[in-house]
Amino acid sequence: MKKNIIYECKALYRDAFRVTGYEFGSGEKSVCVVGSIRGNEIQQLYTCSRLVKRLRQMEEDGKIRKGHRILVVPSVNPYSMNIKKRFWPTDNTDINRMFPGYDLGETTQRIAAGVFDVIKDYRYGLQFASFYMPGKFTPHVRMMKAGYEDVEMAKKFGMPYVVLRNTRPYDTTTLNYNWQIWETKAFSIYTTSTSEIDRESAGMAIRSILTFLSKEGIVDYRGHDGYISQVVEDTEMAAVRTRTAGLFESLVQVGEEVEAGQILALVTDPYEGEVLEELRAPVDGIVFFAHNDPLTYASTAVFKLVVRED
Amino acid sequence: MIKTVASVRLPVDETLTVRKNRLQPEKGAAAGKKKRVSIVTGIHGDELEGQYVCFEVAKRIREHKELLTGIVDIYPAMNPLGIDSITRGIPAFDLDMNRLFPGNREGDMTEYMAAKIIEDIKGSDVCFDIHASNIFLTEIPQIRINELHKEKLIPLAKLANVDFIWVHGASTVLESTLAHSLNSSGVPTLVVEMGVGMRITRSYCDQLVDGIFHLMAQLGIWQGETKEPRTPILSQDPEDVSYLNAATSGIFVPHVKHWEELEKGALIGWIIDPLRGEVLDEILSPVNGILFTIREYPVVDAGSLVGRLLRRETYERHKEEARKGSDL
Repeated sequence: MKKNIIYECKALYRDAFRVTGYEFGSGEKSVCVVGSIRGNEIQQLYTCSRLVKRLRQMEEDGKIRKGHRILVVPSVNPYSMNIKKRFWPTDNTDINRMFPGYDLGETTQRIAAGVFDVIKDYRYGLQFASFYMPGKFTPHVRMMKAGYEDVEMAKKFGMPYVVLRNTRPYDTTTLNYNWQIWETKAFSIYTTSTSEIDRESAGMAIRSILTFLSKEGIVDYRGHDGYISQVVEDTEMAAVRTRTAGLFESLVQVGEEVEAGQILALVTDPYEGEVLEELRAPVDGIVFFAHNDPLTYASTAVFKLVVRED
Repeated sequence: MIKTVASVRLPVDETLTVRKNRLQPEKGAAAGKKKRVSIVTGIHGDELEGQYVCFEVAKRIREHKELLTGIVDIYPAMNPLGIDSITRGIPAFDLDMNRLFPGNREGDMTEYMAAKIIEDIKGSDVCFDIHASNIFLTEIPQIRINELHKEKLIPLAKLANVDFIWVHGASTVLESTLAHSLNSSGVPTLVVEMGVGMRITRSYCDQLVDGIFHLMAQLGIWQGETKEPRTPILSQDPEDVSYLNAATSGIFVPHVKHWEELEKGALIGWIIDPLRGEVLDEILSPVNGILFTIREYPVVDAGSLVGRLLRRETYERHKEEARKGSDL
């Protein structure tokens, strides 16, 4: 294992800003894994730290195949993590809206450019991603339909779902999109949580990545084959929206099977405790995303269900 | 007349409401379809220059209601939670509201608000979307135009009494701005950038208000006397603008004034280290030009923008064209 600083810049009063990469094996640039890009992506950092520990052991045991190099970048943004802020400490910009970056541009453009220069030529790019809304996910591989997506390859992770979504205007500045433009096969890996540690789904993500790397001939790994992934279009999921705002009491967990008509959550009056709304499942399905903030706004998609087709 | 544009209940005993003030001719005015101008501001909660513009436009109209022959809609706070909590984006969501348009009536609270705002402004003959840079940079009064819409917008922008019109390249990211959505749906929308975040610069605001009234007069919305607008410098070539980025982290101390003409090599400012009493970097003008953007907020990281210069050839050409125009 080689520990390298892949980007550094000095600060006035803080310690230098450093992005650290862990390299395993040698030879062609086979796979790059990126953990947190935002300051609240603790689960993404945690999952990467476990992956680094695992790969270190595998390298010592000779299980990384010759001619393959793996790079793991646990955090692109330690500055924001250390002050518990989601975006860049001074101007609140999002590094994951700055790719491919610009080395003569503003601070986060420079960081994106410096990091991208190191991580861009890998055959596979894996990112532990997060969602902007507070909630928990069923673990999945997510791909945007940028014209380069390879669904069959995504199934090789053996995660429960492969989710496809349409691109949006801001996607053109994300790491995932730019990896694809630079001919890296890019996958976003979602575990269950973001700002809290979820051991189980972190473990599943690591097993999935090692399974994938094993199928691609990059590592020797004999683990659980995982799931036969179900491919779902984001737009095909059934969203359950609140009509009203208030306290949010969820009655189900992500991954749970629910039946049409089943009460999934209650929205209650924050002063008087009366039930304002019972949120019911519109279809038989599996809870794919569940809001986990104790307050909810109106018109919020608090659940997404994968429709069960029997 | 105060009208509700969009309204949603918040979780704990509060309703979020976006409102506008519709000013229109008094009863008895000539019938027929009236032209409409919309004045929009406060999408970013830390940009406050537009607050004074809205106040002054409404005040001048109220003082001479008889001169109003069209409709003026004033939307002072697109992001009321942001303005009231000194937050640039939408609080709680940490989202830039100007990346949500055209919104979605069936979407979440933020998308719903964006959709209702677009719906309400549609039908206007012109819209001003007034911004105030951010807390880091001070800008000379200017209108920024996406090159996709320049044919329609440059003639209108020239009437608005700004100092500078900056035509910039198209970008997919900008497709989700209010201005792009409105321009794409047939409402000519002028994006004004002026002053600095968290402050009000009255001279800039008054300058823009004069321009708004001039444009309103040209559209037949206002019958009062208006000031002849100044002739703005027009830049359509990316090479016209030179960017100054900090080479290192530190404290930026300017040595020049905003909108000052500079020779190549002139000292624009220092980046200093207060702990050691050292000058870490001297920022020198890379070209002959005029400083139309200058950093206001002293703390910089490596890469932070400290200024923008418009090259001398551009504004000399502009002066020459203006002189020729006045000779005719």
